Amino acid sequence: MASFPAVLRSEWTKIRSVRSTVWTLALAFVVTVGIGALLSLLTNNNFTEFRRNEQSPFDATGTAFAGIMLGELAIIVFGVLAIGNEYSSGMIRVTLAAVPQRTTLLGGKATVLGGLALAVSLVTAFVTFFVGQALLGSHSTSLGEPHVLRAVFGAALYLTMLCLFSAGVTTMLHNQTLALGVLVPFFFLLSPILSAVPKVKTLAHYFPDYAGSRMLLVYEQHGQPYGPWAGFLICLAWTAAALAGGALVLKKRDA
Amino acid sequence: MIELHELTKRYGKTLAVDRLSFTVPRGVVTGFLGPNGAGKSTTMRMILDLDRPTGGRVTIDGKRYEQLSEPLKYIGALLEAKAVHPGRTARDHLLWLAQSNRIPERRVDEVLALVGLTPVGRKRARGFSLGMGQRLGIASALLGDPEIVMFDEPVNGLDPEGILWIRNLMKRLAGEGRTVFVSSHLMSEMAVTADHLVVIGRGRLLADMPMPEFIRRNSRSAVRLRTPEPERLLDVLAGAGLRHEAGPDGSYEVVDGDLARLGELAAANGLVLHELSPQQASLEEAFMQMTADSVEYHAGDGPGRDAAGAPGTWGAGWQADGARHTAAARQEEN
Ligand SMILES: Nc1ncnc2c1ncn2[C@@H]1O[C@H](COP(=O)(O)OP(=O)(O)OP(=O)(O)O)[C@@H](O)[C@H]1O
Ligand SMILES: [Mg+2]
Repeated sequence: MASFPAVLRSEWTKIRSVRSTVWTLALAFVVTVGIGALLSLLTNNNFTEFRRNEQSPFDATGTAFAGIMLGELAIIVFGVLAIGNEYSSGMIRVTLAAVPQRTTLLGGKATVLGGLALAVSLVTAFVTFFVGQALLGSHSTSLGEPHVLRAVFGAALYLTMLCLFSAGVTTMLHNQTLALGVLVPFFFLLSPILSAVPKVKTLAHYFPDYAGSRMLLVYEQHGQPYGPWAGFLICLAWTAAALAGGALVLKKRDA
Repeated sequence: MIELHELTKRYGKTLAVDRLSFTVPRGVVTGFLGPNGAGKSTTMRMILDLDRPTGGRVTIDGKRYEQLSEPLKYIGALLEAKAVHPGRTARDHLLWLAQSNRIPERRVDEVLALVGLTPVGRKRARGFSLGMGQRLGIASALLGDPEIVMFDEPVNGLDPEGILWIRNLMKRLAGEGRTVFVSSHLMSEMAVTADHLVVIGRGRLLADMPMPEFIRRNSRSAVRLRTPEPERLLDVLAGAGLRHEAGPDGSYEVVDGDLARLGELAAANGLVLHELSPQQASLEEAFMQMTADSVEYHAGDGPGRDAAGAPGTWGAGWQADGARHTAAARQEEN
């Protein structure tokens, strides 16, 4: 068997030595923090106007995380690129010749990818939260308030799981362009549209993004199908399924 | 030592490799020869367990590839030259490869120097020429200081200097006692580098023998005679105890005959000759004949046949003077 620590070191070198992967991660941080900061600032300055017809309590955490949709896009692209660039360059054959134990290989890739995504997501989530609260001024909340800490950690886990989900799907499709072409429209068109359509909505509520984003909610929302922890488990199940599917395809298929 | 046993690969309807059995001998350069589409690359991918065989098996030093824990230390391969992320530097490419098999990092700089890429080691592979890409591929193959190296058409697209460099490298590797397994679709290339030859066509084994034996068996020379009095010629040849074969257009050929002696024999018998000429079949022709039935894409077969790819230069050359070869093949059978 290939040595797992050796696979980890090797995969880490792969990730850090290519600009595109590094950039997408940096972008995930910048857009999530930046948009959150911008919206927090605007909200603070126009608070009465923004809240005129609102019944629900003001969600200071949610306001800070207003940019997570775009951060999500960047981290999905990161997950796709980190796996997919091996297929587009034909390097996957070099990799598999060096590490023929394919499940070990994918395990190593997912560990490095997931570890890095989690680290970046945690930093992103906390920086986003604190910057947002600082700009919300008197309307801000704190980590000590009920569910807030869970929501901030939830944001980090959500981004990490979407990254690994995308990595798994890319392994299944073994094609970078195809993976982007499937995942981006799915998360940014299909899923949001379907969650708004009356009957199909119930189905769309079990998609990984809707489920995972439940972890970010601080207040009960009306018509909520399940709570944050159920959402976490559903999203985790999708991630595990995508990676397992990827492992299966990688193992079965000619490289 | 690489051993193939009844190795078979089918892609849908295409039988790419067909019950192939041979052994790549230790410590020499073995040429793996076959026309385009013969199944060379497929065989090599199966040796590395990249493509899974439909049937049969292949072992390296008695083990399946997957059982090798750090395979780069046993066998190094160059399959495609540009199988490198364009945005990664040559050095980083070799570094991750080394780390995956616990090869010390200093070896990266050693192989970079060995292939002459030290000056561009920190440049991204995007800007590399074909020759540089090939050198980087060879550097990755040599990284683990392996006993066996395998190259798939390493001279493809290289300039004469690059070709010479690879040729010498392979000889040097074999000189160090390593097993070199190299594919090509050019007989002439193999004739100058290989000690042993394996020829395949349409996925099937056509020849597996030491190079000198292949040359001896296949480089045929003959003297061709043409005369208006064929019966008398045959009598004269029989009288001199010379065996003959029928040549094209009513001519006769004496295999391994001596030109001067045959001329003198004709003169002594007052025999009118319209032709007295030496015939030499090159190794290239021998290879073409051997694989003629198994060439996948003949040039000019009309649309459709070559849908899977451009016909190789080799096929085109063969078809151009196909008539001559076919005649030669027929006469060989007589
Ligand atoms: N992945 C694949 N899917 C389908 N068919 C394939 C695949 N790989 C190879 N083939 C087919 O298998 C046959 C053998 O191809 P292969 O590439 O092994 O030949 P080759 O001897 O390397 O040829 P060349 O000299 O052109 O490189 C061809 O008919 C090819 O079209
Ligand atoms: Mg080939």
